[in-house]
Amino acid sequence: MSAVPKPLPQITPEMAPFWEAARRHELMVQRCRGCGTRRFPARELCSRCLSRDAGWERVSGHGQVFSFAIMHQVYHPAFADAVPYAIVVVELEEGARVLSNLVDCPTADVAIGLPVEVVFEDVAPDVTLPKFRPRRAAA
Amino acid sequence: MPADPLRGAAAIVGLGITPQGKVFHTGALGFAVDAVKLALDDAGLAREDIDGLLLNPGLAWADLGMGSFQLQQAMGLRNLRLSATMNLGGATACAMIQHASQAIAAGLATTVVCVFSDMPLKPPAPKGDRASAASAYGFARGWEQAYGFFGVNAMYALVARRHMHRYGTSQDHLGAVAVGQRRWATLNPAAQLRDQPLTLDDYHRSRWIVEPFHLFDCCLVSNGGLAVIVTGAERARNLRRPPVYLWGMGQGHLGGDPADTLTSGAVLAREPAFRMAEITLRDVDVVELYDCYTFTVIVTLEDYGFCAKGEGGPFAAEQVTGPGGRVAVNTGGGQLASFYMWGMTPVSEAVIQLRGDGGARQVPRHDVALVSGNGGILSTHSTLILSRLPS
Ligand SMILES: [Zn+2]
Repeated sequence: MSAVPKPLPQITPEMAPFWEAARRHELMVQRCRGCGTRRFPARELCSRCLSRDAGWERVSGHGQVFSFAIMHQVYHPAFADAVPYAIVVVELEEGARVLSNLVDCPTADVAIGLPVEVVFEDVAPDVTLPKFRPRRAAA
Repeated sequence: MPADPLRGAAAIVGLGITPQGKVFHTGALGFAVDAVKLALDDAGLAREDIDGLLLNPGLAWADLGMGSFQLQQAMGLRNLRLSATMNLGGATACAMIQHASQAIAAGLATTVVCVFSDMPLKPPAPKGDRASAASAYGFARGWEQAYGFFGVNAMYALVARRHMHRYGTSQDHLGAVAVGQRRWATLNPAAQLRDQPLTLDDYHRSRWIVEPFHLFDCCLVSNGGLAVIVTGAERARNLRRPPVYLWGMGQGHLGGDPADTLTSGAVLAREPAFRMAEITLRDVDVVELYDCYTFTVIVTLEDYGFCAKGEGGPFAAEQVTGPGGRVAVNTGGGQLASFYMWGMTPVSEAVIQLRGDGGARQVPRHDVALVSGNGGILSTHSTLILSRLPS
């Protein structure tokens, strides 16, 4: 274990519904009420139709790795024991792209197109991080 | 079609480069002042000759407010007719020179100094710090830090990985850019890595920073300052050094997600720049491309048309861009191996080459140079076409 705790996400009012959903182990993304586009992270307005009207919608948590990077350099002492670890951009089945970590997968096996599913990591009494792992065979 | 009135209207007449790299004797403002002084000396001009000041503030300027005014006051400049603090990231240097030449052509100013300076590196800590020596570029933002997503390296890595997936760009291709530019750097006495030759094997053995980037895929980080002085073509002919004329210019800012486009703004900027310059790519002798990463060079080569889209990797791997090659690219070693002054690094090397001051790395034919600037994550782009010939 690192002596230094990993930083918690800075929770802005805009992103609060995402983190509240994560605490309930649900994945939610924002959806524009003007044109229906799903987006992540939260934004004040839709860059497609410029509407400010948006809500939050639960999504399946299923998707594919759109891109990834393996972090080797230690930029924060709390991650000294975690490197190397995978940053992934997951393209959800519903369309939005979410930045997260891929867990339960050797870094050498991470690949674009890999089917993944969301998992929830409770990192503090009131903070849960949605992460992804390779999708297991359909139940 | 009549020539564009901006073609050849202005020239770079002064170049000032402070000590670069791990230098700590002053701050961002001090480096800017020193760079301007060096550029004035180089041009044979006095402070009083400057009537325009454009500043690209590096990260260390963040809290200094109106940077160009701070710099004006710090060096006692009076009666400016043009002043601006500009930030398009790495595309700013070429953009500043564009605006300077436009103001000069419009009669709004006569002699404009364009400056970049920064101090992202802090003096070495007394004891070994567990966290890397990572500079101000290893930042974390908001919620992403919880996932260990830090810094520009990781942001570019996500885009590079898409390019590798879509076009088959390989680790060897990235390495070829690093090797080619290091060969140039060994010929440049001012390059930070001049004494460290690099083979492809060395490249592969170098540590990972953020996969797919090895250490030598990433640019250096440098403290320092760099200034150029732009004036009208007429006045340029009567100064100390050979003028470097502005033949063409353009900008291109694509917007959207670079992981989708995998393209720089060069695809927009190149057409107006080459049209104004009245040349084609075949007329270019010296190519100075913005190289925050090896990957950026590959994309930029594609987007100016040196090869087809997606073939930048194989093109670089032919090793035609190093010393003695078919296309002279980043002839001072670039930001990967010489020094990192954002867009001023490629601008300064173009000036050196066109003046014939390149020493051991001088490109034999050096009439025309193409210079690119790139900011953000392939977010902003600017182009200059420069020549030692007036027209
Ligand atoms: Zn919309």
